[in-house]
Amino acid sequence: MAIHADHELHRRRFGRNLGLGLVLGAFVILVFGLTIVKVSRQDEHGNPPGMEASQ
Amino acid sequence: MGASDHRGEAMSDLSAYEHTQEAGFGDYVQLLKPRVMSLVVFTAMVGLIVAPVGVHPFVAFTSILFIALGGGASGALNMWYDADIDRVMRRTRGRPIPAGRIGEGEALAFGLALSLISVLMLGLAANWFAGAFLAFTIFFYAVVYTMWLKRSTPQNIVIGGAAGAFPPMIGWAVATGGISVESVLMFLVIFMWTPPHFWALALFMKDDYSNAGVPMLTVTHGRPATRKHIFVYTLLLAPCAVALALSSIGGPVTLAAAIVLNALFILGAVRILRRNEDTAEADGYRAEKSFFKLSLAYLFLHFGALLIEASLAPIGLGGW
Repeated sequence: MAIHADHELHRRRFGRNLGLGLVLGAFVILVFGLTIVKVSRQDEHGNPPGMEASQ
Repeated sequence: MGASDHRGEAMSDLSAYEHTQEAGFGDYVQLLKPRVMSLVVFTAMVGLIVAPVGVHPFVAFTSILFIALGGGASGALNMWYDADIDRVMRRTRGRPIPAGRIGEGEALAFGLALSLISVLMLGLAANWFAGAFLAFTIFFYAVVYTMWLKRSTPQNIVIGGAAGAFPPMIGWAVATGGISVESVLMFLVIFMWTPPHFWALALFMKDDYSNAGVPMLTVTHGRPATRKHIFVYTLLLAPCAVALALSSIGGPVTLAAAIVLNALFILGAVRILRRNEDTAEADGYRAEKSFFKLSLAYLFLHFGALLIEASLAPIGLGGW
């Protein structure tokens, strides 16, 4: 069996690693976006929206 | 050991690899049952949008994503537990675990990790009630349905349907933080819709369930009894759909859709009830197949009508 640098096995692994990398990247962006949304919607006391009445 | 021995060892390792079907990224996606996921995404999105409380679009997007991921995680756990059944049935033999591309332990770890991530992230993004509801749904599908009832009762489809009916309630909980009559009605429509949908499929797919040891209604009670069951559930479904149309999230569009769709659905069920296996075989299960297709449109159009009501509301139209 000849050993090639781009064996089918390597292509599958590369595809899997690329997919995982993209998913992790998207997850980081998602958490960052959520943080921005949550922080920007707090009032000056750090309460989430809708909490003013109970304070 | 000489250098040639090492080379020989490496070669034999590689030939072993040659026969191993290494999993690609798509195999992990397949483990999440993407087709089931699309229904989860759609119904959860409707539940979230029609709720009377507004949600920030980014929070809404993230929440739907993690509800879908939770649904996918329960699919992976289902595939892990059902690998023995999947190996026996022709339709499922090519799935990643029975085909040997993903190990059983790996699928279990994948399902558990995604369950944990999806529940935690939904809790953090929306609220902990929605997160707990998602956890309960995963538990219900993976443990109550897959591990317990699927192999012990012919009513398995009915009970499994509950897991598929929870997503609009979770979407509603993301917005409101709770449960209400409207969200329960959305649940009931999917819950009552699931048995006729799957039993119609079981009538014409003829999967080898009996070899796999799954007590499907078509096998345990026979096909004529399955036809009766489809008819009864279709009758029970109609009032649930009309009640949803008359609720605060319904309106004239939903009511019109409910009347037309349920009339067609009952008509289709009557047609199935009146047939026997000989007539069905003769025309290639035409009535059963068209009922199944109608069932897909039924759910999509019902929830689509709710979306139309919600989108017409800002301009003073839609709703009661």
